[in-house]
Amino acid sequence: MADIAISNVTKSYGKTAVIHGVDLAIRDGEFVVILGPSGCGKSTLLRMIAGLEEISGGTIAIAGEAVNEKEPRERGCAMVFQNYALYPHFSVAENIGYALKVAGVAKAERMRRVREVAKSVGLEEYLDRKPSQLSGGQRQRVAMGRAMIREPKVFLFDEPLSNLDAKLRVQMRLEIRKLHQRLGATSVFVTHDQVEAMTLADRIVVMNAGKIEQIGTPSEIYDRPETLFVAGFISSPPMNLLEVTIPVRGEAHAGDIVISTPAFLAGKPGAAAMIGVRPEHLEISAQGRFSLQAEFVEKLGSVQLVHGSFAGRDFILQCPATQPVAAGQRLLFDIPAAAMHAFDPATGARIPKVQPAGRQNEPVAA
Amino acid sequence: MDRRATFKSTWLAFALIAPQLILVFIFFYWPAAQSLFWALTLEAPFGGATQFVGLQNFETVFSDKLYWNSVRVSILFALSSTTLTMVMALLLASFVDRQLAGYRVYRFVYFWPYAIAAPAVGLAFRFIFAPDAGFVSSINKVFPNLWNPALDGLDAFILIVIANSWKMIAYSFIFFLAGLQAIPRTITEAAAMDGAGVLRRLWDLQLPLLAPTFFFLLVINITESFVDSFGIVDIITGGGPARATDLMVFKIYSDGFKGLDYSMAAAQSIVLMVLVVSLTFVQFRYVEKRVHYA
Repeated sequence: MADIAISNVTKSYGKTAVIHGVDLAIRDGEFVVILGPSGCGKSTLLRMIAGLEEISGGTIAIAGEAVNEKEPRERGCAMVFQNYALYPHFSVAENIGYALKVAGVAKAERMRRVREVAKSVGLEEYLDRKPSQLSGGQRQRVAMGRAMIREPKVFLFDEPLSNLDAKLRVQMRLEIRKLHQRLGATSVFVTHDQVEAMTLADRIVVMNAGKIEQIGTPSEIYDRPETLFVAGFISSPPMNLLEVTIPVRGEAHAGDIVISTPAFLAGKPGAAAMIGVRPEHLEISAQGRFSLQAEFVEKLGSVQLVHGSFAGRDFILQCPATQPVAAGQRLLFDIPAAAMHAFDPATGARIPKVQPAGRQNEPVAA
Repeated sequence: MDRRATFKSTWLAFALIAPQLILVFIFFYWPAAQSLFWALTLEAPFGGATQFVGLQNFETVFSDKLYWNSVRVSILFALSSTTLTMVMALLLASFVDRQLAGYRVYRFVYFWPYAIAAPAVGLAFRFIFAPDAGFVSSINKVFPNLWNPALDGLDAFILIVIANSWKMIAYSFIFFLAGLQAIPRTITEAAAMDGAGVLRRLWDLQLPLLAPTFFFLLVINITESFVDSFGIVDIITGGGPARATDLMVFKIYSDGFKGLDYSMAAAQSIVLMVLVVSLTFVQFRYVEKRVHYA
């Protein structure tokens, strides 16, 4: 069991910097998911923790000890790879037990522990098979077993579910979460899939272009995105964004449309802002002050998404599946002020809301 | 999977394989048949009467002590040269695979020796290792007479092994490097996470996964050292001293074209051919079974 302290870590390949000064403190036993689009540096960061990539600058410490100069095997980490990275000429048992064999554990003891681990990942009957004779899910389990048998201080997962089909992915996600609850080892999980991030994480680290955009619990990330990037990246369907100007406090103009923002914007009147609101927070009602012409409708079973354009931008409304909506129909809706997020379009930073008198349920920004 | 192409007319199919068949016929089957014919006859050196003698030429060859000497030398040569070649090639390939400093340059440079004709290699090594004037002669200044391939049979043997390996390493190097790079990097990384060091990974993972390449190179190298070493021997040692480097393929040449005994040379080439074919057969039949194709 160990905490991981990452301070001011940078990575560059030649002159190309891919990670620009990342600070992150992962607590002992925590499950942290690093989430970001392809090429944001999340896998590189994970591989630096593992010791598979050199650290260009800054320090990474595991259990209070800097590991920059340590070999992967000295760091006490185990890793599950995206393509499983099983040893193709070894049986399942040999794959799982390889770390013990290298460590010189006697054969009887090794086999006992291999069986124990195989049982806990449901592979007892496959111990003699070669990886090529297993299905994708089973290979994934072998990779997990191989990581578990070392009883590592830290588990590292590099997009381990992205090669599985959708159903198996959900199932393995649950198993990884259960495994973490049982073993309690510090875990770092890299993914580009926000559903995986939301369901697995104690805390999510959202990365973009080599920088950390936000660190927080899944609900913090969802309820209070700190940057425009996080707002746009988290949740599907994505957040609706509107470019507005603020002529007077409490009012925002998007073209001809005037949106009232009672609890709004510490910023100066006259400034430009981006207002974001999630499709699921829009209130559809016959008394709505805004209207949107449905261009097409996506039915997702329990809900449906109505796509259209509002104030010159693509806009999505979410409404219950029971409500009859057809393409071409005009829908009336309201934007509740409490559900609005605002960002500075230049820096992408969140613009804090002003706490109005009498409203206590809005978080106050520092 | 059925990957056979089907042709509507057999005529077209034959037309397409004809060039290859004609080449193989002219350059292999015809000379081989001619050798077999000569091996069974007594051939006059300047043409003329041929006399059919059955297996008598073979009997003469097999009762010749000098022939058995050349068989022994050839086998030793094949074993030492193949071992040296494959060990060095694997070593160099794993250095380049690990991307040690300058690997981009070495990747190219290591292949060049293979592009040099064997006699040219022989000539270069003859100069470099000349006991009186060569680069290596300085060792004789410190230890007089330690190195003299012109007089010492063992020195001469070592010299042709080195020269042949130097040329053949290039070929094996390319195959080993390709084989190593075909192993997914994450497998090596997973082993590193599992605690295996560089040598352990080489032994447990890379070598077993290279087994098909290893087997292929074994067959090629042994065959080449039996049949393709003529140029080097001819230029460097001429079979001497005292027949210490008298390889089978060289003896065929010297008996046939210098001794003008075509029948004996033909019988020997038939023996060499049968030997190489059966070695390859044995290798495929028995060794290949132990190879995991991943």
